Amino acid sequence: MTPMSNPRSSFKMTAQRDDALASAGTSRAAVGKVSATDVSVFYGDKQALFDVSLDMPDRMVTALIGPSGCGKSTFLRCINRMNDTIPGARVDGKIILDGEDINDRKVDPVLLRARVGMVFQKPNPFPKSIFENVAYGPRIHGFADNKTELADIVESSLKRAGLWKEVADRLQAPGTSLSGGQQQRLVIARAIAVSPEVILMDEPCSALDPIATAKIEELIDDLRSQYCIVIVTHSMAQAARVSQRTAFFHMGAVVEAGATDEIFTNPRDTRTQDYITGRFG
Amino acid sequence: MLIWIALLGLILFSVTAYAAGRRKVLSAAGGRARLMHSLPGYHGAYLALWTAAPAIILLLLVSLFGAQIEEIVLRADPPAAVSTLPDSTQDVFYNDVVATVTGGQVSQTIYDGALGSAFAEKLVQARDIHRSLTTGALIAAFILALAGAAMAWPRLSADFAARPRVERWIAVLFLACSVVAVLTTLGIVASLVWESWRFFQAVPVFEFLFGLTWDPQIAIRADQVASSGAFGAVPLFMGTFLIMMIAMTVAAPVGLFAAIYLSEYAGPTVRAVVKPLLEILAGIPTVVYGFFAALTVGPLFRGAFNSLGAQFIGGPLDGLGLYLMQVQNQMALVAGAVMGIMLIPFVSSLSDDIINAVPQSLRDGSLAMGATRSETITRVIMPAALPGVMGALLLAVSRAVGETMIVTMAAGLQARATFNPLDTVTTVTVQIVTLLTGDQEFDSPKTLSAFGLGLTLFLITLMLNIVALRIVQRYREQYD
Repeated sequence: MTPMSNPRSSFKMTAQRDDALASAGTSRAAVGKVSATDVSVFYGDKQALFDVSLDMPDRMVTALIGPSGCGKSTFLRCINRMNDTIPGARVDGKIILDGEDINDRKVDPVLLRARVGMVFQKPNPFPKSIFENVAYGPRIHGFADNKTELADIVESSLKRAGLWKEVADRLQAPGTSLSGGQQQRLVIARAIAVSPEVILMDEPCSALDPIATAKIEELIDDLRSQYCIVIVTHSMAQAARVSQRTAFFHMGAVVEAGATDEIFTNPRDTRTQDYITGRFG
Repeated sequence: MLIWIALLGLILFSVTAYAAGRRKVLSAAGGRARLMHSLPGYHGAYLALWTAAPAIILLLLVSLFGAQIEEIVLRADPPAAVSTLPDSTQDVFYNDVVATVTGGQVSQTIYDGALGSAFAEKLVQARDIHRSLTTGALIAAFILALAGAAMAWPRLSADFAARPRVERWIAVLFLACSVVAVLTTLGIVASLVWESWRFFQAVPVFEFLFGLTWDPQIAIRADQVASSGAFGAVPLFMGTFLIMMIAMTVAAPVGLFAAIYLSEYAGPTVRAVVKPLLEILAGIPTVVYGFFAALTVGPLFRGAFNSLGAQFIGGPLDGLGLYLMQVQNQMALVAGAVMGIMLIPFVSSLSDDIINAVPQSLRDGSLAMGATRSETITRVIMPAALPGVMGALLLAVSRAVGETMIVTMAAGLQARATFNPLDTVTTVTVQIVTLLTGDQEFDSPKTLSAFGLGLTLFLITLMLNIVALRIVQRYREQYD
C-alpha cells in the first residue's frame, strides 16, 4: 500500500522520519520533497503560470516572492491541488511528492490534502470551538480511536503551534473569539493536527500586526525541523528571515531560485536584483 | 374633475418655470456653468418645485378631504325632517346628498314628502358649497403657485446654492413616501384591532381562543332554532397548523437540499438553467397551484388511498381499509403537499443566498484539510449557515400560515379539530374568505369574527417574522 492511498500510514511515517535531511542546510544539492517540473496553469483561456520548475526540499522553508499577480499563490495552490476547486482551472506539468505524481489520475486530491496542509492569508477558523477547530482534521480522517487520543492530538498540536498556554483554559470558546494572530496560530495548529508532510502558507502574516507576525515567524522556524514548508510572502524581509531557499516569480514564471542567502546577496538576474532592492513591485 | 385639470396646468406651469429658471442663471453667468455654484438644472428644478409643490399639496388635500368638509358644513343646520331620524339613517341621508353632487355612490333610498323637500334643499346647499370649495381651492392654488415662483425667482443667481436645496426637497419626497407606507400599515392594524374589539364584545376572548367548535351561524330572527353560533377558533388553528406542518415537511428538505446542490455542487451551466426554472415555479400564481391541487393531485391521492384501502378489505385491517375507501378528494394532505411544492423555490432561493454568504475561506479551509465536499457541507457550511436557514424556514412557515387559495380549493371547508392528514380541514384564512364573501351585514359577530381571526393570524405571523428576521440578522453580523 502506498503512503498516498492511506493517510494513517503516512501519519506514522511522518513520526518515524529521521532528521538526516535537516542537516542539508542551504546546500544547493538539496533533495526535493516536492519537485515541480514544467508546471503551467490556465484559468479558462488565460495562462497564469508558464513552465515553472522548482524543488522544495524537506525540513526547509522555501519562500516564494514576487510582485502581485506573478503567480506565486497559483503555484502554491497546485501543490495541494486546490486549483481543482476552481471551475475552469487546468494544471499541466508534473509535481512529484515523495516520488509520486500528485496529478496522477489514481491520486485522490482529498487524501493528498491531508498530507499537504495549507494556511491561508486571512485566518479562517471554522465557526466552532477552539477544540473542535483543531479536532476537525483528526475527526474526519479517523486519527483518534477515542476521546483521550483526540484530546492528546489537540493538545500537542496547540503546543506545537505555540497557542496552548493562551487557550488551555478556554478550549470550548469559539475559535473566532481569538485575536487575529491567535486565529492564525489556531489555523496552523489545525493544519498540523493531521500530521502533514508539507505545509503551504499563503501570505500567512499579511493580515497581522508586527508582534503577531514575529510569533508566526518564530513558529515557522520551529516547524521547519519537521516539515517541508512553502511560504508565499510579500515581505522580502520575512523571506530573508524565515526561509532557507527562495524562488523569485515574475509574470507567471520563475526568474531565479536558490539558497536565500545567495538570492538576497548575489542575485544573478537583474529583475531579481531590481525587485529585492525595491525598484519595482 | 376641475381639480385634475388644474393639476395638469400646474405641472405644465412648473415645466415652464424649470426652463425659465435654467435660462435665467445661464445668462446671468454668461453661459458658463463652471462659474456657478450649482448646475443650471438645479436652479430650474428649484424654481419648478417652489412653483408646483405647495399648490399641488393644497389641491391634494382638498380632493382628499373636500367631501368631509362639505358634510360638516351641511350638518351644521339640519332640517327638522332629518334631525328626527335615527343616526344611521341621517348618515345615509347626508352621504346621498354629497354623493349626488360629487358623483359618488348613492344608496337606493327614495326621499319623499318632507324628507324629499329637505333633500332638495340640502342638495342646493351642497352644490353651493361644492362650487365655492372648488373655486376657492383653484384660486388658492393659483396664488400659491405664483407666490412660490415669485419667492424663488429673485434668488436665482450664479452663486445661489440651489443644489443642496433641491437635495432637501428630494429627501422630503422620499420621506413622504415612506410615511405613506407606514401610515397605511398602521391604519390596517388599527382597523383590525378596532373591529376585533367589537367582535370580542360579542364573543369572549377566552371562548374564541380555546373553544373547540367553530360554527359561525347567527340567527336572522331572534326566535330561530339554534340561534347562537359557536366561535371557538381552535379547529381553525389546528387545521392551519396541520397543513403548515405537511407543507414544511415537503418544502424544508427539498428546498434546502436543492439550495445545497445549487450552491455547492452545480456547475455554472446547471446553475444557469436550474435557478431560473425554480424562480418560474415561484412566479406561478397560488390560484393555479390551487386548481392543480383540487383537480389533479386530489383525485390522484384519493385514487391511491382508495385502491390501497381495497387491499385491506376482509383482512385484519378491515376497518382501516373501509376508512381508506371513503377518503375524499379534499384533504389536508393534498393542500399541504401542493403548498409545500409552492414553497420549495421560496426556501431554496433564500437558503441559496445564505449558503453563498458563507465565506469562501471556510470552504477552502475545510477542503485544504482533506475534507470531501459533503464533509465540508455538513461540518462547516451548514453549522455556519444554520441560523440563516432557520430564519428562511420560519419565513416560509409564515407564508404557509397565510396562504389561502390552495387550502380553499383542496382542503375542504369543514372546521374539524383533527390531526389526521386524510381528513378535510379548514384554515383561518379560508374561514375569513368564506365569512366575507357574498352579501354580509357588517355588525354581526359572524362577519366581525373575520377580524378576530385576522388579528390573531396577524399577531402569529408578525411574531414569526420578527423571530426569523432577528435570526437572519444576527447571522449576517457574524461575517460582515
